[in-house]
Amino acid sequence: MMEISNLSKTFTLHNQEAAVIPVMEGANLAVAAGECVALTGESGAGKSTLMRMIYGNYLAASGHIMVGDLDVARASPREILTLRRHVLGYVSQFLRVVPRVPTLDVVADPLLAVGTSRQEARARAGALLERLNVPHRLWQLSPTTFSGGEQQRVNIARGFAHAYPAMLLDEPTASLDPVNRETVLQMILEAKQRGVAIIGIFHDAQARRQVCDREVDVGVFARRVPA
Amino acid sequence: MTPLLQVRDVSRYYGPRIGCADVSFELYPGEVMGIVGESGSGKSTLLGCLAGQLAPDAGEVLFDTRAEGPRDTLKMSEPERRMLGRTDWAFVHQHARDGLRMGVSAGGNVGERLMAVGERHYGEIRTQALDWLGRVEIPDDRVDDRPRAFSGGMQQRLQIARNLVTGPRLVFMDEPTGGLDVSVQARLLDLLRGLVREMGLSAIIVTHDLAVVRLLADRLMVMKDGRVVEGGLTDQVLDDPQHEYTQLLVSSVLQV
Repeated sequence: MMEISNLSKTFTLHNQEAAVIPVMEGANLAVAAGECVALTGESGAGKSTLMRMIYGNYLAASGHIMVGDLDVARASPREILTLRRHVLGYVSQFLRVVPRVPTLDVVADPLLAVGTSRQEARARAGALLERLNVPHRLWQLSPTTFSGGEQQRVNIARGFAHAYPAMLLDEPTASLDPVNRETVLQMILEAKQRGVAIIGIFHDAQARRQVCDREVDVGVFARRVPA
Repeated sequence: MTPLLQVRDVSRYYGPRIGCADVSFELYPGEVMGIVGESGSGKSTLLGCLAGQLAPDAGEVLFDTRAEGPRDTLKMSEPERRMLGRTDWAFVHQHARDGLRMGVSAGGNVGERLMAVGERHYGEIRTQALDWLGRVEIPDDRVDDRPRAFSGGMQQRLQIARNLVTGPRLVFMDEPTGGLDVSVQARLLDLLRGLVREMGLSAIIVTHDLAVVRLLADRLMVMKDGRVVEGGLTDQVLDDPQHEYTQLLVSSVLQV
């Protein structure tokens, strides 16, 4: 479902004496449907950078990023937008939303984007919020003022609202209590059973053992960078 | 799919100075594109050229008309272009007073657009106007007030209602949230986003506010000295800017 080959990334900082910082070289990774692969490596090894490149948020310097039939490294903005709407989900660590939009609509949004009726989208959003223990009284409020853990659960509900065949999860359990953490891990396992291909970053080693089939050390790609 | 708008090498000069030069892009139905850049970068000049308010010195602006498919709007006759401006296009100005008739009631401002496209039935006009004022959250009891008596945010919402009541396919917006309080801005952004989604609108938004484009625009073009220096997916351009100027722009935003 996802196949990365010979991928490299450099950052050029024009306003800091045009420093060129290579961060990754020759990255390879393949994830099949129903598989969950954990990206590991120390902080700064490029786990999030790799994930952002797969999502089209960072530009690749060279190489290929196949998600389904699309090479994200070469795709047009319009193709990437379609991919994100239908095929590739992303649960980031941060919740970025339009202020004032109620939580229920924030979660329902990805469903509306693929043409689900408002009623059905809200029902599905409500079920997810329920499952993740986001109290009913918060549903009509904007999540911008929520606690870190609540925001993360809203983010996860939003990420799982539409049944994407491929997903990227950036520390989905980082600020959750044990009960909610267990729920999220269960949701990941269910997604795998549905055949979803998943790439995740989990600092929680136990969570990793529970849901991931393999680990890939991103540090290896970082060390290939010519000194 | 046919692009709704195809812009090819549009240039406009002010004497020897460049207003905008060699701008090309395509906009597809349902897409929102942001254009950012500092004052004087040419973004408003470009918007004026696209919306038929300024005549470019070179280039083509092909709009996918309902009846005849893509046509160069620059080669249209003035009445044809004006008709487009009343039907398929809308223009939301930074200053609501440039887009409203200040001496006419709020309801009249919205109704007038409907009459301009041939609606004659008073009851129908009134109903539609009221519906739109409701959608932009202007209370029923303010319908007969003139926009002069409205706050800045309310004037801006009225301008949006006036523009969208005729069901346009392409909306040009020049700093739509400029000069408004942040709380009012948030409300307006929420409103615009909802309308774009529900009506399947395409839009081109000129702004210097990077937070606004992040929330509203799918794609982004960055302009400097009249030229497009970088373009791409909005979040990609903002999070991994390639051009020197974009990097400066992004890193100069104050954090709150």
